[in-house]
Amino acid sequence: MSSGDEAVRLRNAVVLLGSFPALAEASLVVERGEIVLISGANGAGKTTLLRLCAGLLPLARGEASVLGFNLATQRKEAQLHVGMLGHANGLYLDLTAQENLQFWGSIVGASSREMALSAQRMGLHSRLLNTPVAKMSAGQRRRTALAILVIRRASLWLLDEPHAGLDAAGRDEIDIILREAATAGATIIVASHELERAGALATRRIEVVGGAVVERGVQ
Amino acid sequence: MKRHSTSTWTVARTIASKDLRIEWRSKVLVNQVLPFAAIVMVLFAFALDNDGILQRVAPGLVWLAVLFTSLIIVQRTFAIESADNALDAIKVAGVPSAGVFIGKSVALVAQLLLFECVLVLLALVLYQVHLSWGGVVLLVTVSVLANIGLAAMGALYGGLGAAAKGRETLLPLLLLPAVAPVLIGATRATESAFGVGGASLGEGWPWVALLAVFGALFGFGGTLAFGVLTEE
Repeated sequence: MSSGDEAVRLRNAVVLLGSFPALAEASLVVERGEIVLISGANGAGKTTLLRLCAGLLPLARGEASVLGFNLATQRKEAQLHVGMLGHANGLYLDLTAQENLQFWGSIVGASSREMALSAQRMGLHSRLLNTPVAKMSAGQRRRTALAILVIRRASLWLLDEPHAGLDAAGRDEIDIILREAATAGATIIVASHELERAGALATRRIEVVGGAVVERGVQ
Repeated sequence: MKRHSTSTWTVARTIASKDLRIEWRSKVLVNQVLPFAAIVMVLFAFALDNDGILQRVAPGLVWLAVLFTSLIIVQRTFAIESADNALDAIKVAGVPSAGVFIGKSVALVAQLLLFECVLVLLALVLYQVHLSWGGVVLLVTVSVLANIGLAAMGALYGGLGAAAKGRETLLPLLLLPAVAPVLIGATRATESAFGVGGASLGEGWPWVALLAVFGALFGFGGTLAFGVLTEE
């Protein structure tokens, strides 16, 4: 069990994808309220690290806890407090943006007002809300996914390339949302290749090299 | 900041209504799967082009067509989850797995019932079988119970194979042997409903009881096992 101020604690964590150790003895401590940027080459293990923290991958060896919950035994409990936006958006392509928002709002227990505010925030106006996701551009889909992430009201945000596909206004808006969430007490971990953009947000930077975590210092 | 866990029933209702809405919107089942089922029934009629044989084997043909169709429907219901990786998003939301399983099963039952209505009507026309009012009651009961079993097993194995390599070929391999008891029970009961081979209506009801047991077992077992089997 981690201490009360720790959002993430990994100790010699090993995650296997088949027989390949995608995370190899990775150790990391993230304090609550931090915005941590994860950098690293393709295939270094950034996404695996995020998926481990989201409880989507089992721990083969070592220790891992998120928000005080041991991922080996309390994965479901931890997931109630975690929001993740991966490479995919997690949307239903045949449904409209509004129907996707309503579905996820119902799943996580968000109110209609929260959904409307979140949609407005991400620039999903009425015409766009009634457009099937299959007919949306990549950026519009990302905005819809971000609106859904916001209504999760998660304590730990895990973001994999969140700026990908967004226009300048969308990128600015997500930066504002992430800063506000951190100010409100959320912890944010962002994996990104856009070091300048994401680095400006982050309070700390780490690099994943060959499945291990290397500290790159305070921003 | 935190939210509380959504109840199993809320999750089940939300998942089922979402699945049915997607099918209603996309029309894939009506435009593609239904014609497939109809073609299977017609091909059976061509392959066994003899009225006596066709009438005798009609119950088995109807349920074989249901089984083939159910494979496509189950694959489709999990394909919509994996198209943009929504299944992972559901897992990360930390919702009760039992709710996901029940929701998926309910949507599958509704879709399978629709297909069975069409397939039975086709059997009446193509295979020239006859149904009494007592047979209709028996057939409706059989359809509901058999579909619960098929849907429960379909949701369980569909979820299990959703993230697996070669899931298109894995699903029939897993599902068909598991639902063999349902196929046998439903076919025997439908023989009584159609009155083929000298079977009386009364002979069908013990098979109904067997289907009820399978439905309850598969439904209960699936509710318990779905989370464990699909998490990793």
